[in-house]
Amino acid sequence: MAANPEPDVPANHNENRRTFLKQSSLLTALALVPAPVVSAAEAKLDERVAESIEKVPLSLKVNGKKYKLSVEPRTTLLDLLRENLHLNGTKKGCDYGQCGACTVHVEGQRVNSCLSFAVMHDGQEITTIEGLADGDKLHPMQEAFVKHDGFQCGYCTPGQIMSAVACVREGHAGSADEIREYMSGNICRCGAYSNIVAAIQDVKQGGQKV
Amino acid sequence: MNQFQYVRPTKAQAAIDAVAKDANAAFIAGGTNLVDLMKRGVMTPQKLVDINRLPLRQIERVGTGLRIGALALNSAVADDRLVREKHPLLALALNAGASPQLRNMATVGGNMLQRTRCAYFYDVAMPCNKRQPGSGCGALEGINRMHAIFGFSDKCIAVHPSDMSVALVALDATVLLSGPKGDRKLAFADFHRLPGTTPERDTNLEPSELITAVEIPDSPFTRHVHYQKVRERASYAFALLSVAAALDLDGNTIKAARLAMGGVAHKPWRLAAAEQALVGQPATEAAFQRAAAVAMQGAKAFKHNEYKLRLGPNAIVQALKTAAAA
Repeated sequence: MAANPEPDVPANHNENRRTFLKQSSLLTALALVPAPVVSAAEAKLDERVAESIEKVPLSLKVNGKKYKLSVEPRTTLLDLLRENLHLNGTKKGCDYGQCGACTVHVEGQRVNSCLSFAVMHDGQEITTIEGLADGDKLHPMQEAFVKHDGFQCGYCTPGQIMSAVACVREGHAGSADEIREYMSGNICRCGAYSNIVAAIQDVKQGGQKV
Repeated sequence: MNQFQYVRPTKAQAAIDAVAKDANAAFIAGGTNLVDLMKRGVMTPQKLVDINRLPLRQIERVGTGLRIGALALNSAVADDRLVREKHPLLALALNAGASPQLRNMATVGGNMLQRTRCAYFYDVAMPCNKRQPGSGCGALEGINRMHAIFGFSDKCIAVHPSDMSVALVALDATVLLSGPKGDRKLAFADFHRLPGTTPERDTNLEPSELITAVEIPDSPFTRHVHYQKVRERASYAFALLSVAAALDLDGNTIKAARLAMGGVAHKPWRLAAAEQALVGQPATEAAFQRAAAVAMQGAKAFKHNEYKLRLGPNAIVQALKTAAAA
């Protein structure tokens, strides 16, 4: 590098300035943030201050496995499952609660994981399509979907199966009409509906535990 | 989506305080509408106060009525034994709404607070006085097929999308509220408002007020009830138009009637004059048609929703016939 063009300025000028900014902004942040964040900052991890404001601790049980996480509040349950936990079986279709591809069970109840923030499920138990089979043994509903060809492209299938299992458990699989009504939250653009209804009826009539 | 702060109080007062001290804060319960609106940038709260841990889920007998906690899930209310026995109309309306997954998330209070599904409200590139006061109404001269035929203004012709609220207004429900100034009650019919010059306000809730429960008085409308919903597919679609009908019959004579419509106005639309026209009449199609004509008085269509002027009376007659036969 060429000679310093401003010889009367200390060589570490920039560093001093950065340190000053770091310290002063840290002090300002400290004055405004709640106690747990302050303790993080006191550990001289000023970069972590912003992170602490953004992220919230979250404990979840997914498919029987416990997770302790730290997530941004704006992370949906769907994105958490797919992006953070790499459980990609749950699909993102519309992302607006209109297609049902993201259906999972929360505390045993089927919900659209795209319309829920993950932090709202602290302490809860989630089941995704990956949690349905017993090792290599498919869940009866998965077997029935294979047997009855309850899919074509397969993109809606994880949501369909999670919804179908709930439909039977809820006692809403009494007739083809009832199944159609109670499966209406799951759209299949390939149009495998009649085979999906047949698969659900098969499981219902088979009387297996779902 | 914008970032926001997240808090999860366990007491109602703490939740109210948390919203009261921040103009950009909002309550979140089921989230089925708010999360959707936040993803689209229609609503951008800077702080969300999660009220799911508040003890507001009970469904219980109180005096001569039923009190339903604001956080009771739509599916839980629809399946509740007391609701089905005392207010089957409410169960029918709830099950006509959304999908099983959404009913497992949506709460009673949140259902009431749904924003309109007007496409101009949802599209931030379009003018909308409800979303951005003063920007104009895109629907007035636009695609207004889904829009109001009653109670609209030149500022807004949107309709309220709730099915549940149509039943609750017909059943003379009361809304229980808690706010910084204390508790109060509001007749369900006075909860939602017409757009007038301030369509940005959907309801008469005060800032940071929280819905804690809905109360429904006992009524004779336990059997002859029907919720007729007309939509563009068999299920899982918002109403083009809907009718909640309830009859109290003495033999074939109508002792009392309740009628309300959804999908026609900025609020669930109670049809008091048509109800009066039914009292003392025989439960016949001719009487139902006369009441339907009364109900439609004052209706006015826009370019694309003229069909509602015929669909309305037909749906009323169908709902009353089905209710009478129930």
